[in-house]
Amino acid sequence: MAKLEAKVPSGPLADKWRRHKTEIKLVNPANKRKYEIIVVGAGLAGSAAAASLAELGYKVRCFVFHDSPRRAHSIAAQGGINAAKNYQNDGDSVHRLFYDTIKGGDYRAREANVHRLAEVSVNIIDQCAAQGVPFAREYDGLLANRSFGGAQVSRTFYARGQTGQQLLLGAYSALSRMVGAGGVELHTDSEMLDLVVVNGHAKGIIVRDLVTGVIRRHNADAVILATGGYGNVFNLSTYARGSNATAIWRAYKRGACFGNPCYTQIHPTCIPVSGDYQSKLTLMSESLRNDGRIWVPKKKENRLKKPTDIPEADRDYYLERIYPSFGNLCPRDVASRAAKRMCDEGRGVGESGLGVYLDFSDAIKRLGESGVRERYGNLFDIYHEITAESAYQTPMRIFPAVHYTMGGLWVDYNLMSNLPGLFVLGEANFSDHGANRLGASALMQGLADGYFVIPYTVSDYLAGQKPGSRPSIDNAEFAQAEENVTAMTKRLLSINGKEPVSHFHKRLGRIMWEFCGMARTKPGLELALQQIPALREEFWRNVKVPGSAATLNQSLEQAGRVADFLELGELMCRDALTREESCGGHFREEHQYEDGECKRDDEKFGHVAAWEYQGEDVAPLRNTEPLNYEFTKMSVRSYK
Amino acid sequence: MVSERSSKEFFAVTLRVWRQAGPSASGRFVDYPATNVSPDMSFLELLDVVNDGLTVKDEEPIAFAHDCREGICGTCSCTINGKPHGPGHGIATCQLYMRSFKDGDTIIVEPFRARAFPLVKDLVTDRSAFDRIQQAGGFISVRTGAAPDANSIPVPKDDADLAMDAATCIGCGACVAACKNASAMLFVAAKVSHLGLMPQGQPERDKRVLAMVQAMDEAGFGNCTNQYECSAVCPKLITHDFIARMNRDYVKALFKAKFKPVSSASGGAG
Repeated sequence: MAKLEAKVPSGPLADKWRRHKTEIKLVNPANKRKYEIIVVGAGLAGSAAAASLAELGYKVRCFVFHDSPRRAHSIAAQGGINAAKNYQNDGDSVHRLFYDTIKGGDYRAREANVHRLAEVSVNIIDQCAAQGVPFAREYDGLLANRSFGGAQVSRTFYARGQTGQQLLLGAYSALSRMVGAGGVELHTDSEMLDLVVVNGHAKGIIVRDLVTGVIRRHNADAVILATGGYGNVFNLSTYARGSNATAIWRAYKRGACFGNPCYTQIHPTCIPVSGDYQSKLTLMSESLRNDGRIWVPKKKENRLKKPTDIPEADRDYYLERIYPSFGNLCPRDVASRAAKRMCDEGRGVGESGLGVYLDFSDAIKRLGESGVRERYGNLFDIYHEITAESAYQTPMRIFPAVHYTMGGLWVDYNLMSNLPGLFVLGEANFSDHGANRLGASALMQGLADGYFVIPYTVSDYLAGQKPGSRPSIDNAEFAQAEENVTAMTKRLLSINGKEPVSHFHKRLGRIMWEFCGMARTKPGLELALQQIPALREEFWRNVKVPGSAATLNQSLEQAGRVADFLELGELMCRDALTREESCGGHFREEHQYEDGECKRDDEKFGHVAAWEYQGEDVAPLRNTEPLNYEFTKMSVRSYK
Repeated sequence: MVSERSSKEFFAVTLRVWRQAGPSASGRFVDYPATNVSPDMSFLELLDVVNDGLTVKDEEPIAFAHDCREGICGTCSCTINGKPHGPGHGIATCQLYMRSFKDGDTIIVEPFRARAFPLVKDLVTDRSAFDRIQQAGGFISVRTGAAPDANSIPVPKDDADLAMDAATCIGCGACVAACKNASAMLFVAAKVSHLGLMPQGQPERDKRVLAMVQAMDEAGFGNCTNQYECSAVCPKLITHDFIARMNRDYVKALFKAKFKPVSSASGGAG
């Protein structure tokens, strides 16, 4: 059984991080260059970590499967990044951001981690502004803010609807600077396919060059995974097509525990599905909820009527009705489930009945069309490209879609997994968002981990490792891991079945969406737990992967990733089945209040479930880390 | 999930696609008929469907670069009917929908062609030259942790907005593919202008433009002859005015370097 020590420092909440930083072990500056650190992934967390560690003098090797670090999917985040700057003088503070995040996560996050996140949020904005990130400004030249889903203060910084892009390009510029200076060795088109564990410590990775097909061993003193989330297990999501769980999944199979895999976020405002060929769901930024009003017809029979012909009296602005104090700005899980309930009642709009209206007519009356265009023009353009409809003239149709995964590899306060030497940052870890993430918090966490946490905490581990003690790539463990990768590649290419990889991915996605999506039940999850292994068995018997392993082979890449999703999906259902309560994004229909809100069971489930791999076809072990709420009271989350 | 608008009429097109097994292999166009094309399908989704068909027939699928499929990562890179990113305006290939085409169309699909973007396979090219230009100077040198309070450096709103117009570049390389000289001036100018417009970018402004232009020339991109095909195909509609701005910065920087340019190359002057 894995040892899960959260290593949260003692003392008052607000002093923990400050004190920890002064007590942490340091690596002598002259010794730093003797340590090699592998960073996998170059989104916000990975780029920020690779750049910052190289600045400190460590030798860093950074691996990305993209052709450039600038392509990582952090780039697609639209809305903004939270920081407790209180530039608006509206009562914000580190404590309030901490409290909102803890509450938003439905009391399933680790208090100390979240407080640290809120503390360093202010440094992130400073850092990014200094890098030249062109944040939105007021006419006085100072930074502009807006309020964002689930917050009652204006603490969100933004760069039009492209905040993730600008923050990632900032981190990419810092990384590029260190690549140019020789501090980071960058490996593009390089996919990590296994983790190498020597004497219980993570000491290297196995990488396939996606262009040449060559498989190489890389050793290091520490390995950092910043490879993002696993929402593509649902096939249709707002993730990039290439986003995958392979790095964290293969680390799991080497012994790293997987925390709360069932916590997934379904974002309320996405463009509905249009057909079976669909490869991707497009998000419409949550910021639209600041000015748009969400409604469905009061009467079922009006659901196919032209929305502009439905009189005001026949519209149900259901979020404003059910949640009068937060209205259209209530948290994502709450808004998504409400949309589902409306559609379940038969009042969903569009041909499929899986949609609700997001209406800007009041905003246009108030601000004029040009005012709305200034705020949301690019989003209205995206909507028009995809649907051929103008949201200036008719309400947008939106529906929830998979957007983020709060679960991920288990880490302690230092962001180190239960495997010493393996650190996990950003969306790839489980730590800060509990069972639900608030809007504009993902960018904050990725950059917090990369710029302001790992540069301190990695030294705590490295100081205990003798310089130059990293094992050679000729070690047996490296050979075995490489053999593992080669064998899997060979096996995938040799099945020569009849179905392309995409068909299995779609079928898995349908199972996951149906049974492990917005609402989950015991019988549904039990059914999924029969269907997924059967699908996996069929995959390994009947998948068709054309081409060879010695060139660029996108089918082979996808096959490996889908093979992992077929295992991870099962773990997610298992976790969802075991967690007999509802919390945040995890909604078990058996556990709800009369009004349909989440009914938590703090007594039995006030803990993190950290799953430990036990081998193929053996049930994994469910370890727990109790969540001790010392400073906040676990209460019923209410947005009414 | 259920189809949203199944009643739309389906149609048929022929994809004429550049196939090339590797950098040193010879390439050719191959026709692939596609039926049951929905107008609501994206162009890349049609490629997915065609590729699944090829896979089942035991033929190798068409390699094409793609990732976010929402026009922001800059990975997708097809020249469609002779125009980088196809017939749309201000969009990347992934944002092109089949409603832009009609029944019976033959659609010609090629990779982004430029000497500095060597071909990898089929429609995939190597655009790492862009990364090398960024590594030469596309940054503000600020160490993590060394930043002053963000509001201690006010930025006039107009400057911030103009900087954002430039910073919106997704690094796709369409500008290069469209240019008859395969020049990267719009790409480099966008980065130089973004950072040069911000007060934070002033200390390194001269050094940056000289280094980035030098790296651009070394990567084998051509010179600019002011045809502006770059801005015409840019998915983010970045204006060629930034090229003029970069040229001014470049000349000023050369001048200040006491007539001793860091590179003997003439690149950069438009």
